[in-house]
Amino acid sequence: MAQAPALPRGFELPLEPRLPRIGSVDQVAVEERAADLSRRSIKRESKLFALDLAVRMMDLTTLEGADTPGKVAALSSKAMRPDPSDLTVPPVAAVCVYPNLVPHALERLGDSGVKVASVATAFPSGQSPLEIKVEEVARVAEMGAHEIDMVIDRGAFLSGNYAKVYDEVRRVKEVCGAAHLKVILETGELGTYDNVRRASLLAVAGGADFIKTSTGKIQPAATLPVTLVMLEAIRDVYEETGRRVGMKPAGGIRYAKQAVQYLVLLNETLGPEWLTPDLFRFGASSLLNDVLLQIRKEKTGRYQSPDYFTLD
Amino acid sequence: MGSPALKHDRSPVPSAFEYAPAPESRDVVQLQERYGLFIGGEFVEPHSGEFHPSISPATEEPLAEVAYADAEDVALAVTAAREAFHDGWSDIAPEERAKYMYRIARILQERSREFAVLESLDGGKPIRESRDVDLPLAAAHFFYYAGWADKLEYAFPNRTPRPLGVAGQVIPWNFPLLMLSWKVAPALAAGNTVVLKPAETTPLTALLFCDVLRQAEVPAGVVNIVTGDGRAGAEVVKHPDVDKVAFTGSTEVGKEIQRAVAGTGKKLTLELGGKAANIIFDDAPLDQAVEGIVNGIYFNQGHVCCAGSRLLVQESIYEQVIAKLKRRMGTLRVGDPLDKNTDVGAINSKAQLDRITELVAAGEEEGAEIYQPPCRLPEKGWWFAPTVFTNVAQSYRIAQEEIFGPVLSVLTFRTPDEAVEKANNTPYGLSAGVWTEKGSRILSMAQQLRAGVIWANTYNRFDPGSPFGGYKESGFGREGGLHGLEPYMRFE
Repeated sequence: MAQAPALPRGFELPLEPRLPRIGSVDQVAVEERAADLSRRSIKRESKLFALDLAVRMMDLTTLEGADTPGKVAALSSKAMRPDPSDLTVPPVAAVCVYPNLVPHALERLGDSGVKVASVATAFPSGQSPLEIKVEEVARVAEMGAHEIDMVIDRGAFLSGNYAKVYDEVRRVKEVCGAAHLKVILETGELGTYDNVRRASLLAVAGGADFIKTSTGKIQPAATLPVTLVMLEAIRDVYEETGRRVGMKPAGGIRYAKQAVQYLVLLNETLGPEWLTPDLFRFGASSLLNDVLLQIRKEKTGRYQSPDYFTLD
Repeated sequence: MGSPALKHDRSPVPSAFEYAPAPESRDVVQLQERYGLFIGGEFVEPHSGEFHPSISPATEEPLAEVAYADAEDVALAVTAAREAFHDGWSDIAPEERAKYMYRIARILQERSREFAVLESLDGGKPIRESRDVDLPLAAAHFFYYAGWADKLEYAFPNRTPRPLGVAGQVIPWNFPLLMLSWKVAPALAAGNTVVLKPAETTPLTALLFCDVLRQAEVPAGVVNIVTGDGRAGAEVVKHPDVDKVAFTGSTEVGKEIQRAVAGTGKKLTLELGGKAANIIFDDAPLDQAVEGIVNGIYFNQGHVCCAGSRLLVQESIYEQVIAKLKRRMGTLRVGDPLDKNTDVGAINSKAQLDRITELVAAGEEEGAEIYQPPCRLPEKGWWFAPTVFTNVAQSYRIAQEEIFGPVLSVLTFRTPDEAVEKANNTPYGLSAGVWTEKGSRILSMAQQLRAGVIWANTYNRFDPGSPFGGYKESGFGREGGLHGLEPYMRFE
């Protein structure tokens, strides 16, 4: 069942009689704050904790035209056991694939606990008729995907048709069934932090369980300031309504050091309650091996050659 | 507002994700056991033979013995400065003066880590601030005024600018090296020589600066540094052969100086206290405004004359802002100034800590509501937790007097007119902050606020090209920019 749209007081939608109080974001200040937090120094046990958490929060992703059952099977195996030589490394949170590959991922992952996420709604552009998008989501849900990553219609958003964006999220949420809904804002196309904040609140109001920065197909994808703006929107929603919405930065996060910076941002903005894969995910493909490399380094004190980590 | 219980209910960070201490190494700083007075390019013993230790406020450990100058020492320094003025500094080619100043700027950049560590060690400010704010700005000031040194005719066209002679300068302990550069750079660019008295509690970076002067081969006597307490400062101000007095510090001392200088013909600039209003309108970007509030008052432990110590919040967003502010205060890290993760360092001196404690007690007694986030303060050293007072009336001492510590007083307003009225209702007039998305409101507020510096959607930003100074009891004269050059010149 669709979750009733919980809208923070003072953040009314444009379609409601009262005017929106979406608020605004100051670009200079938000970028400065994000840069400030990225200079926090994390060491030793905290670093190992952060790296382990980063693995548990990862949505291991492949979204290519060339994806095949074989590729997805390989990725799924990696997801369940990222580092075959170190069994203390936990499995990742989910594997993220195109709809056609959902059954293959499900089959391979079995009851390992690793979830299957599927993109839908005419990913990555979202420029298709709503009925088709809704149908796609319904089918993906039927196939058994645990999580659905939809895209918002940026064309509608940028032309000021916020109601359309909101309605689409609601319709999609209705057909998601038990599957969790992540709403991709594609922040690289939104242009301003004000728009990112507005889109975040629209998505949350429409019923998003997670909000996600990017498809990975557009540059810039996830950045620290954009993530901070979205985390602050999530915090406002939580403080107004008590509802916990998750966050997923995706695209462009390649190094363990970046992942740790995101976790610091998360910890300082939303606090330790959000330090869980239920409320935070990384959408990434090449990040995992760098994290594994760093975990090995923290444990042994030595850097290994990348050849010791599997490419899948 | 939704469920207020949730807002402050922060479970502690799992111990696994506590940031590990990341202390900056002290090894970059080599301190001597004792420092004499820097007069005529040499360190000389003080006439009185009196030395006192400079103490690290974070650990109460003595760092080095520093000489205390008396009237005779100051007279020697003034004589050395006068000789250097006549022996060339005032009439060498201006681009030569610029050359020395560029050297100083570059050496400060090269040795910035050393200076930053020493600044934090001696003054208690977080290394993050001395590294990212004090040092880059100090170097920038020398670069900026070096650029003017050979362009004075263009800075003041048709006015035939000439140097004054010897500048006597007395600086405070909150930004020791930065205040030194604010004072020394324009004086040198204009062709003056200098006798500078650093603050009693933070003389060490000024003494290390003497090393920079030598390294840059600045002629002997051009800059003289006499350490000591208020008595040495008074001697610098009183000396008859000083042509120009520049002082940054408390309003009380500023008034004394103005009395001492009256009738002597000495030029005077004073940069004194403040009780700045930081005004948050309901259309402001709230999360960034909260960052600005925090930066406005907890930057450098609130030891900032332009600190945004009076928060004026529009009533319609009052609860939201206070909730966000308290939450944010909970993430401030108070502790070892040399730790790169520290946000708030040590209180500069025991005397200052006593004053803050006294005023905070007065605030509680008067009926204001106090909030301090839970934080563990180190046992040794002088510390004060970040503090915010709500329910403050304009008449309370904490809303009127300069606390010069990490203590914020919150008041509310309903309309822009009321904000202006409350903001201006203070004997001070150094700075103010305005937070709004509306450009026209920024301009109209800036026009009406009686303050020397007004920040819009930011706070505590400095630039050598931008003049800084106050109205009313915050002093007169400007430092920075062309305005800062003029007090060091006479015009024929």
